[in-house]
Formats: sequence, structure tokens, C-alpha cells
Amino acid sequence: MKKLLILGAGTAGTIMLNKLLPVLNRDEWQITIVDQFETHYYQPGFLFIPFGIYGPQDVVKPKRDFFPSGAEVVFSPIDRIEAKDNRVVLDGGQIINYDILIVATGSKIVPAEIEGMDGSGWRKNIFDFYTIEGATALAKFLKFWEGGRLVLNIAEMPIKCPVAPLEFVFLADWWFTEQGIRDKVELQFVTPLPGAFTKPRASSVFGNFLTKKNIGLTADFNIARVDAENNKIISWEEQEEEYDLLVTIPTNMGDPLIERSGLGDELNFIPTDKHTLQSKDHENIFVLGDATDLPSSKAGSVAHFQADILFENILSYIEDRPLKARFDGHANCYIESGFGRGILIDFNYDTEPLPGKFPLPGIGPFSLLEETRMNHYGKMMFRWMYWNLLLKGAELPIESQMLMAGKRH
Amino acid sequence: MPTREIAGKTIDFDDENFMSDHTQWNEDVATELAKEEGIEQLNDRHLVVINFMRKEFEEKGTGPSIRRLTKQSGVPTKELYALFPGGPAKKAARIAGITKPQGCV
Repeated sequence: MKKLLILGAGTAGTIMLNKLLPVLNRDEWQITIVDQFETHYYQPGFLFIPFGIYGPQDVVKPKRDFFPSGAEVVFSPIDRIEAKDNRVVLDGGQIINYDILIVATGSKIVPAEIEGMDGSGWRKNIFDFYTIEGATALAKFLKFWEGGRLVLNIAEMPIKCPVAPLEFVFLADWWFTEQGIRDKVELQFVTPLPGAFTKPRASSVFGNFLTKKNIGLTADFNIARVDAENNKIISWEEQEEEYDLLVTIPTNMGDPLIERSGLGDELNFIPTDKHTLQSKDHENIFVLGDATDLPSSKAGSVAHFQADILFENILSYIEDRPLKARFDGHANCYIESGFGRGILIDFNYDTEPLPGKFPLPGIGPFSLLEETRMNHYGKMMFRWMYWNLLLKGAELPIESQMLMAGKRH
Repeated sequence: MPTREIAGKTIDFDDENFMSDHTQWNEDVATELAKEEGIEQLNDRHLVVINFMRKEFEEKGTGPSIRRLTKQSGVPTKELYALFPGGPAKKAARIAGITKPQGCV
């Protein structure tokens, strides 16, 4: 009996399990999935928690609900991967051998990477919203906040869901307006990027939104430390930004188990072929989702598009055929822009976000790089699609390769 | 592809003004590129960084991130920003004659 082992039962790992289990011959292959936590979080929903749009109960379900029958499920922390011996060691010493390993252990925030970040101000007037704990603590804080200077800071790239920080300030602008205190709140978007976003055309569109919504932009700001005593963040070049409320996107890193296994780069992301998703160092290890070092966005939609490609390549690998399916870097993001509207972007490694209609050329119903009500409904509908279709590996009406049809230059 | 003459050599650049062929590089070219980046004179510490970047590029096909620079070259982050004000990874890559690092999205 051969063994296919998946590490991580988040978005990427769960989709992969659901795609592979029904097609692999059960007399030949056993599939095992390992994760340390039993709860699945709908991470795109964290953004809405600080503003009371979602509560914690709206974003959690048991992982077991999404596992197909016939898979071996192990809930345990993982100590390390021993790639040379094709085996994984769990906490406590239990060993799982594998013929094929899929690593989908994701990425998470590490506030301790920035000096002073997780000190006296942490969760007092410094919050993240990339964890359920951070998002709910921030919701509580905002209920009582009477205004001041809100600084949103991205510590360093890459981060999970690169549009989420923009969505946060757009929603904050709307929310403080609803609360009747927008005139008492100064919003400042402080980023290490040269503009509002990573890609030039979208960056200029989003830059205009910031201006229109009266949100200040500080670009090229590389944070060195937090001075929590004096409520300011300081860059490596000694620029300062004062805050009353600091909402931070701390450094994002791969799981510490990757470091313990000696498989990662300086951020614990695994060097991976950007087209085939095979690990660069070990031919029977494949990497999916946020755990890779790919220059694509770290996001659920990307993990989903990658899963279509990896599925093909795993089947090829099993039959000793060349790995022909190629991931093109496709990402598709609904960006909540406040006041019941949204913006949609669709792009890949080579093509930056362009205007047009999506997914049906000329028809839509969604508009690319434009703010519409329909895009907002797309975003809100996505949660249902996520739980009911995406995690279960069902076909979605979106191609995994980006299409140029419907886009204009 | 834009081509320019620098320090007596014909050099190819990509659309973002990074050298597209790192083998056309030498220290005289670096000195001129540094001036374009507002660095009047390259000192030993600049060269430690630049040589490390070229070595990484030759081994990996892309320049290092600031994090990797700090960890592997032995030059602390603070000094990196002092040496290459405004964006060490990008500026040092330009002067080192390699393409824009992948991390600089």
C-alpha cells in the first residue's frame, strides 16, 4: 500500500484531499491528512469581525464536516518532516511514512518579528485582524473608541491576502461614518510598498479611492520598531508615524515546523517550482497555498486555482508522466470598498489587474477594477460558495487559468 | 529593450531600468549606476552587499530579500538602509547589475 500524506487541513489541504480521494485507487493508495486544530476558520471573514458585520460564530465550522469518508485523519501537532527518509514525525514521536507528501501548512502572523510590537501595547491599542483573537479584540475596542488617529501598517511583504489592509481602511471609513464619528478619526495607510498596492494599474486605482475617502497614504515605510510608550511606529530610516490605534499586519511566516525540518527560506516558506508546484529540493514533495515561496498572492482563491493544477500533476507523478499542468499565478479577489460596494480584480504572474467584465466577457455580472454593488454581493456570496463548494473540491464556474477574454488594456 | 552606454560599455536594461544581463557588469559600471541612485561613492560595505547579491543571483536566479540580506551577508538592517537609502533590496540590485528581486512586488 502506498501513502499520500497531506500536512495541513486548511483551505488548500482540504480541497486537495477532496479532489484526490475519489480518484485514487483505494487498493493502492492510502491518503492521510494531519492538522493540529479541529476547527476550520473562514479567514476572509475575519475582516468583517472588527466592524460587527460577522461574529466569531459566522466564521467557524468543524474541520471534520469537510473531510470525505475514507480518509485517515490525524489531529496532532507536527514536529518535523524528514525529507531524506520520506517520513514525518508528529509531536510525541509517532512516525508517518509517505510516498508522496503535500505540504499545505499555510502562513501566519508573527508579531514578535518587529521590536516592541507584542509588548505593553499589544491588544490594548495595537491589534491585528488576521487571527480570530485579534479580530474579536479589535471589535471590542472599536465599540468604545471615541476617535483619534488610526494607523494601518503593513510590516513587510509578502502578506496573506494583500488586499485585506486596503479593505480594512475602506470599511473603517464607512463604519466610522455610520457611527457618526468619521470627523473625529484620522485614517492613515502606512505601507512598505511604493503605493497603495503591489501592481501599478491597480495601485493607482486604489490610490484614488484612498484620496476620495480621505485616507492618508504613507508609502515606502519599512517599520523597524514600535514605541508603545509613546504610541508611534518608527521606520529603519527614522521616519515616525504616531497613532492612537495601531492596526498592524505583522510579518507573515510559514509554520515553524518548516524551519525545524530545514525546508524553508528565511520566512519559512518552501522553495517551490512556480508552475508545477513541486518542491525544488525533493521530487516527491509538493507544496500548496500559502506555504510556498511563489510570487503569487497568498489567498484562498489562489490555493483553489493551484489545487486544480496540483491535482493534475499528482496524477501524472503517480503514473511517471511528465508534470504538464502549469500554474499561471492566477488570483481573483473581491475587495470590499465600504457603503455596500466592492471592487473585483483578476490577474496572474504576467498580467496585472485590468478593467473589464467577469466571468462572462462583456456581460459580467461582475465588473473588474470598478466599484459596484454587484461586486459587494459577490464578496458576501463567496462565504456560501466557500463552505459548500470550494472546500469540497467541487467545480466552480471560474477557470483556474486566467482568461484575457473580457479584459481591456 | 533599452540599451545605454555606461563606463565605456554597452549595457542592456529591462523596462524597469535593471540590467538584463548581469555578465555585462563590472565595478566601473557599478560606480556609475550608484551615481544614478544618488550614491556618490561606493565603499567596502556597499561592495559586501553588492557582491553578496551577485552571488545569490548566480546561485538562485533572483536577488535576496532584505531579510535574507541581513541574515546571510552579516550587514545589519539598519546599516543596509543607511548604505542604500530608500530601499536597499531594490537599489543594491540595480547597482549589482541583477534583475529586480522577486520579493519586490
